[in-house]
Amino acid sequence: MINLYITATKYIQLLLIVLYTYCNFRFLSIPDQDDANPLCDWQLRIILLVHFLMNLTIYLKTGSVEVIVFYGIQLIFFLAYTFLSTYLYRNINRLLLNNTVFFLAYGMIILERLDMSKAIKQFAIIVGSAVISLAVPYIIDRVWDLVRWRYIFAAIGIILQGIVLIIGATSYGAKMSISIAGFTFQASEIVKITFVLATAGMLSYAEDFKDICVTSLVAAVHMLILVLCKDLGAALIFFIAYLVMLFISTNNFMYLFLGNVSMCLAAVFSYFSFSHVRTRVFAWMDPWADMDNKGYQITQSLFAIGTGGFVGLGLYQGLPNKIPIVEKDFIISAISEEMGALTAICIVLVCLGCFMQMMLIATYMESAFYKYVSVGLAIEYIVQVFLTIGGSIKFIPSTGVTLPFVSYGGSSLVSAFIVFAIIQALYIIQGNEDEADEIEVLERRAAGRPDRLSYDEPLNEDSGYDDTDYIDSDYDMEDIEDDPHYKSEKVSAEDLGF
Amino acid sequence: MSNKNSRLHMRKSNKNIIGCIYFFAFLFLAMIGYMVYFIGWRSDDLMGNSYNPRMEVFNNRFVRGAIISSDGQVLARTEVTDTRKNKDGSDNPDGTYTETRQYPFGRVFAQSVGYSTKGKTGIEALANFYLMESNSNPVIQVANEITEKKSLGDNVIVSLDAGLQQVAYEALGEHNGAVIAVNPKTGEVLAMASKPSFDPNTIVTDWDSIVNDSSSAGPLLNRCTQGLYAPGSTFKIVMALEYIREHPDDYQNFAFNCDGKYRDPADDDYVVHCYSGEVHGAEDLHTAFAYSCNSAFAKIGTLVDKKKLMETADQLLFNQELPIDISSSKSRFTVTEDSGIWTMMQTAIGQGETMMSPLHEVILASAIANKGVLVEPKLLKQVQSSEGNVIKVFEDSAEKQLLTEKEASLLGSFMRSVVTDGTASKLRDAEYAAAGKTGSAEVSKNGETITNAWFTGFAPYDGPEIAVCVVVEEGETGGRTAVPVARAVFDYWLNER
Repeated sequence: MINLYITATKYIQLLLIVLYTYCNFRFLSIPDQDDANPLCDWQLRIILLVHFLMNLTIYLKTGSVEVIVFYGIQLIFFLAYTFLSTYLYRNINRLLLNNTVFFLAYGMIILERLDMSKAIKQFAIIVGSAVISLAVPYIIDRVWDLVRWRYIFAAIGIILQGIVLIIGATSYGAKMSISIAGFTFQASEIVKITFVLATAGMLSYAEDFKDICVTSLVAAVHMLILVLCKDLGAALIFFIAYLVMLFISTNNFMYLFLGNVSMCLAAVFSYFSFSHVRTRVFAWMDPWADMDNKGYQITQSLFAIGTGGFVGLGLYQGLPNKIPIVEKDFIISAISEEMGALTAICIVLVCLGCFMQMMLIATYMESAFYKYVSVGLAIEYIVQVFLTIGGSIKFIPSTGVTLPFVSYGGSSLVSAFIVFAIIQALYIIQGNEDEADEIEVLERRAAGRPDRLSYDEPLNEDSGYDDTDYIDSDYDMEDIEDDPHYKSEKVSAEDLGF
Repeated sequence: MSNKNSRLHMRKSNKNIIGCIYFFAFLFLAMIGYMVYFIGWRSDDLMGNSYNPRMEVFNNRFVRGAIISSDGQVLARTEVTDTRKNKDGSDNPDGTYTETRQYPFGRVFAQSVGYSTKGKTGIEALANFYLMESNSNPVIQVANEITEKKSLGDNVIVSLDAGLQQVAYEALGEHNGAVIAVNPKTGEVLAMASKPSFDPNTIVTDWDSIVNDSSSAGPLLNRCTQGLYAPGSTFKIVMALEYIREHPDDYQNFAFNCDGKYRDPADDDYVVHCYSGEVHGAEDLHTAFAYSCNSAFAKIGTLVDKKKLMETADQLLFNQELPIDISSSKSRFTVTEDSGIWTMMQTAIGQGETMMSPLHEVILASAIANKGVLVEPKLLKQVQSSEGNVIKVFEDSAEKQLLTEKEASLLGSFMRSVVTDGTASKLRDAEYAAAGKTGSAEVSKNGETITNAWFTGFAPYDGPEIAVCVVVEEGETGGRTAVPVARAVFDYWLNER
């Protein structure tokens, strides 16, 4: 009977997640967020329904009352988090908020199934990080002027990662974490954020080639320490994020080209210099040749994904625990095995949706610093997703990084929450400014003055360029009812062709 | 450098940001495409792998399906005895539930079908994934879930023919050896018999005695695919091909006068004798092949280009994994630029270091029969649900050109002459035209010299329907011991079926 319930909910879940993913991309095509609010409400209902159905399965299988209590607490948390976020920040991006809850819900479901004690630990960290994340937009908006702290961020990052290099603990061939009073944390997850804040700040102040060299030097020091820690997955994430930020800030394709060349050289170099890199490349090229050792993890992951197929075996019907460190690097394989590859693909698409939303927010930013920060964080996020998913399905060699919000692990969670909170902060700040502008215009109109807003530069500054090439060419407003910057940004979303 | 906050610069940045979105969207679509490809097209082959522990989970949900021969005989099935409920439906407290894997043909299919009770081998391992899946009527499956009964797993139809397999197995008689037969046009393996054998029904209880019996000749070994033997005169097929390749226009001019032996002109110690000292007289390549003249081929061995011979052997799949999905051994062939005259003379008559499996021999015969094109051997034909609905039809095997059509037709005519004029005389009066090559490989076993008898060939000569390779351990000659076994297989397949 329980199997019947599991099979039935398996298909319902698939239907729901496909619907959720559809809503996700539908959202990106709606120009005005107020119109998208009903869609967001539906998304939340879908998540909570899936969360309920799956927790019921877990209860039926384990028969422990603990599960019901735990489910109740999680439900309250999800509701409270969503309510507080929207209550405190009227202009919050609902899509990113929903997706956060979505990832958390799937992560909790699969963790409860894999290991209940880890799920409880994970949940405690979720609650803690969520509280921090609620405060971040307020702090960024009111208290800190982040861009002035750019050198401090650079120093924090280098020192923190340097400490790891000196006293860090080695795991799976790389130095990743430091232990303080029995509490272990992976420094690169935090440095990831300070790195973007530092380099974005420096790039936004860069005036000439010398400034760019200095910024690149700071970035290189970060990466060098990571390479010395043999944390090449993180080094790659940092590198790509920096490269894209540099490209976006200079609009110079030469940097992109040089960056790619040096990345290829670095890849060849690391292949010949690090034995654990070679091991992973071998395991990627032909894992079947050595299924007992080097290829064990990846082949078990492929068995899990392949046996699960598109619809999955159903919760508790597979053997995801056969994959070593499944709850971290290979969480997607466990999800794919029991909830179906369709679910895994939807999760990947939602990750992609988050990235698109973050990048669109970047285009919405008027301040260069904020723009680069959101680009940097978005790239870091999507590269990390690409590395972990690609590694699990043998699309690329496994690099041992986690899936943000879904994988088990405190540092990864805290970091993911802060990253999303910073993006939200930028979105909220810009939204508030736009509203203020709008009010100002309305006041001007009430006072009988012209509608014109003040600009830093004259409008004919861009003569000689073909304006039609650019995304948002409509700053010159005749009718203020057409919401100014906000509207123009949403045009760019439509340009993507959703 | 233009001001970072200038509107123009911002617009360019925004445009590049959109470019990045497209780039990553494309990257992710490629990754998702790969995932869909992997699950949809690649994973079936991998799931039955013995390293995949998940298959055991299905054991708790489905009754393992049956393996059925192409002529509809059950080769393996699971018998369920469930006495937990009385006939009137009430619970029987003393009842038990047992599943027994049964192999109705016992020893006949022991190595090819394999067993699933002590690890998994043969087709039981190969088809594991399908046998443990159930595509039976979903309504019945739901009903089974409710009543907590196991659903029936899918059945796998294999290419083996139970009638032919029995003929092949019995034709070996008291001898140890192997018979493998394939359809050259489709690659379907029709029979795969290996002796000595064991009873898969009692493998669990017999295990220790089989493994610990030092005198035993290895009944668990599938001699068809894993047995490696010196090829003897059957290797002359390769040598003849090599000679033709090096002399495409004047191979007919090869002339040799056989006086029962060939002595290397440079060194009197290097001498090769024809089998039992026969004298064949004046020969060309065709007749030397038909008579299986060792002397003539020893000379050819000294004539051929070693490097080109190595290339030919490489094209004919020596020292490589053979294209079959069950465990097989690589054939061994080693000739180097430094190989001496004696090595070449011995190699040419299949008495050197060369080792071949019966599977490899039948692959060559099958390619010659099929205009030089090898259709890779396959064992699985279909997956059917327990109600008999076709769930999956295995696609046609890959094809590979091993030799040219002209070479194949020439070698085919040589092999035909072996039957009409040469050593395979016991096939001469058959109602069909057979073609093949005999071999009598002398090897030493426990200090004694024994002869392994070979026959590899196909029939009918015009429009081949079956290719077969027979090896009989400790036989007389290929012509006397192996050809009758092949004849029994041909007779059954072409006349009696």
